[in-house]
Amino acid sequence: MICYLGVDIGSVSSNFVLVDQRGKVREKIYLRTQGNPVKAIREGYMKIKEGIEGKIDIRGVGTTGSGRHLASILLGADIVKNEITAHAVAASYLYPDVRTIIEIGGQDSKIIIMENGIVTDFAMNTVCAAGTGSFLDQQAARLNIPIEDFGRKAVASSQPVRIAGRCGVFAESDMIHKQQMGYPVEDILMGLCEALVRNYMNNVAKGKRIAEPVVFQGGVAANIGLRKAFEKFLGCRVIVPEHYNVMGAIGAAILAKEYVEGYGRRSLFKGDDFILTGDFVSQSFTCNGCANLCEVVCIKRDDTPLAYWGDRCLRWESSLGRGSRENLKVV
Amino acid sequence: MKVTYPAMGNTGIAIKALLKGLKLEVVPPPPITRNTIALGVKYAPEFACMPLKINVGNFIEALDRGADTIVMAGGWGPCRFGYYAQVEREILRDLGYDFKMVILEAPDFKLSELFSQLRALAENVSFIEAVRAVKFAWHKLRTVEIVERKREYFLPRVKDKEEAEKLYTRCLEALDRANNKEEVDKAWPEYMAELERLERHDEEILKIGLLGEIYTVLEPASNYNIVSHLGRLNVEVTRNIYASSWVNDHLLGGMLLKSDHKHIIKCAYPYLKYWVGGHGQESVGSAVDFARKGYDGVIQIGPLTCMPEIVAQSILHEVKAREGIPCMTLYFDEHAADAGIATRLEAFVDMLKRQKQRERKMVKERII
Repeated sequence: MICYLGVDIGSVSSNFVLVDQRGKVREKIYLRTQGNPVKAIREGYMKIKEGIEGKIDIRGVGTTGSGRHLASILLGADIVKNEITAHAVAASYLYPDVRTIIEIGGQDSKIIIMENGIVTDFAMNTVCAAGTGSFLDQQAARLNIPIEDFGRKAVASSQPVRIAGRCGVFAESDMIHKQQMGYPVEDILMGLCEALVRNYMNNVAKGKRIAEPVVFQGGVAANIGLRKAFEKFLGCRVIVPEHYNVMGAIGAAILAKEYVEGYGRRSLFKGDDFILTGDFVSQSFTCNGCANLCEVVCIKRDDTPLAYWGDRCLRWESSLGRGSRENLKVV
Repeated sequence: MKVTYPAMGNTGIAIKALLKGLKLEVVPPPPITRNTIALGVKYAPEFACMPLKINVGNFIEALDRGADTIVMAGGWGPCRFGYYAQVEREILRDLGYDFKMVILEAPDFKLSELFSQLRALAENVSFIEAVRAVKFAWHKLRTVEIVERKREYFLPRVKDKEEAEKLYTRCLEALDRANNKEEVDKAWPEYMAELERLERHDEEILKIGLLGEIYTVLEPASNYNIVSHLGRLNVEVTRNIYASSWVNDHLLGGMLLKSDHKHIIKCAYPYLKYWVGGHGQESVGSAVDFARKGYDGVIQIGPLTCMPEIVAQSILHEVKAREGIPCMTLYFDEHAADAGIATRLEAFVDMLKRQKQRERKMVKERII
């Protein structure tokens, strides 16, 4: 089967999808990165291949997420894209008339405004991680509730409590206070969802005109309580796509497909032998070239350096010829 | 007397020439590194904006290298910059440094005041020598800006970006070494000719206007070298602030260069009538100006918590809608990871490219 591989290496999860020639998702894998992207990339690649019966022929690879450069080195990517473009491409592929994309992931949250399938405006959270997946994880742990049950429990609430949503730290202390007062857990959970939505609307989406259809994606979209809270706040229906948690990877796969097909290129995909047999290590060292003392990371496969990054002057990064940044082509 | 001054991009080249012309021994601030910023963050108030922290780091490093006099600019108005010099003086005194601080206040459009301030700094210099020093520094500043503009134009267009950046850096170093007007005029054309000869690519070039708070716009260490970053993404950057136009408009009352300051304020007028401090009104006006000149997009930058730019940012939403130009705002603070900045810049550039391609396609279809 001919297919295209899309990979999204985020801070919390690593996602893989295989898309066939007609752009249909054939297989998806959602893994926790657990601070080891190299391992996650190999494991994810192995698993996604196991999931498909028969021989597969990977004709193109696209990577995105904060670990996109690393993934592109390990796998041999044809296209390396930022998360905004990848998410927008995936959403508008499934919903061509989408106007607003709400994406909440592990460490960041974004809003993307679309018109006729083109991004016209976007914003990402800046210095605060309140209202993202990690924050929800923490609070669920504090309330001793598995994160998977969070949403289901929250929607059972009939009277959500009011929790301050301006700042994640204050939201937490407010929540503890409500807990001590003896409010039911589901009311606190729904209150938390509503606080997060207010936080998102005020910080990330401020000043943006939100039009229907609204698509809600990213790992946090699994939380049905949050979806209900968005619907209540916005007063409109919020769509959660079937593959909400791997949308970035779908976008990357579609971009790779368009690029390879459009330009008639042969894929740079490295193949099983390269990915599964070699020993990949990352090393870091301090460059003494100037007073900046940059911490440079080197990715090696069996003692052969594949890539460097982390240096401000790009002396190391550009030392191996084709820099990773040159890969940022628009298709 | 050993004099130092705050670093602010390439203006240091001109300031150094000016102080040397006034027969002062100069201790230039060492290049801004992570250590400089760490020093500033440690000793400046937490809520202060980034430029003050970098200034403090600069001064500590220069004082440790033997400087005993600091020349700092003063200011007035709602922006916190007006207090910088005084606050910095107190911080450094508390740390036990012994030094003299000379604060050059922007004269209210009276050039003689500026000269008398400079004379006070350099006692054994005649009036004519002072004028000569100012003229030479001005010439250096103008030349530096020719080089800066060439880099902004050629970096996005050439294939070998590393080589282009190398030539640019070497050219600035040569300008810094030049001791007189003849040497200045001889120093740069060779490098720039080489830059122009570099092989070009035929990919699309986007034009983005860069505007915002003056220090962040001028000092690459405080904006993650955004001009270079965008240049590598094939984006030609035009800044709304060049140091010479600031000197011309604010210190010399527009007497040396043809100034577009009035035009910018006029552009801002439908959106913001009031001078809100700093360059808030200029930022709004320049965004309008860039939009009308057909730029593909605008990026506003400033230090986190910068009041005038926050005011401008909230108005840029309206400019975006009415003038039809995409705008993005980036605030810079001390965090070291530039991955987030890179992602936002890439996403913004990507968005502009796709919009442009679609427009072109629509035009083509209409013709057919």
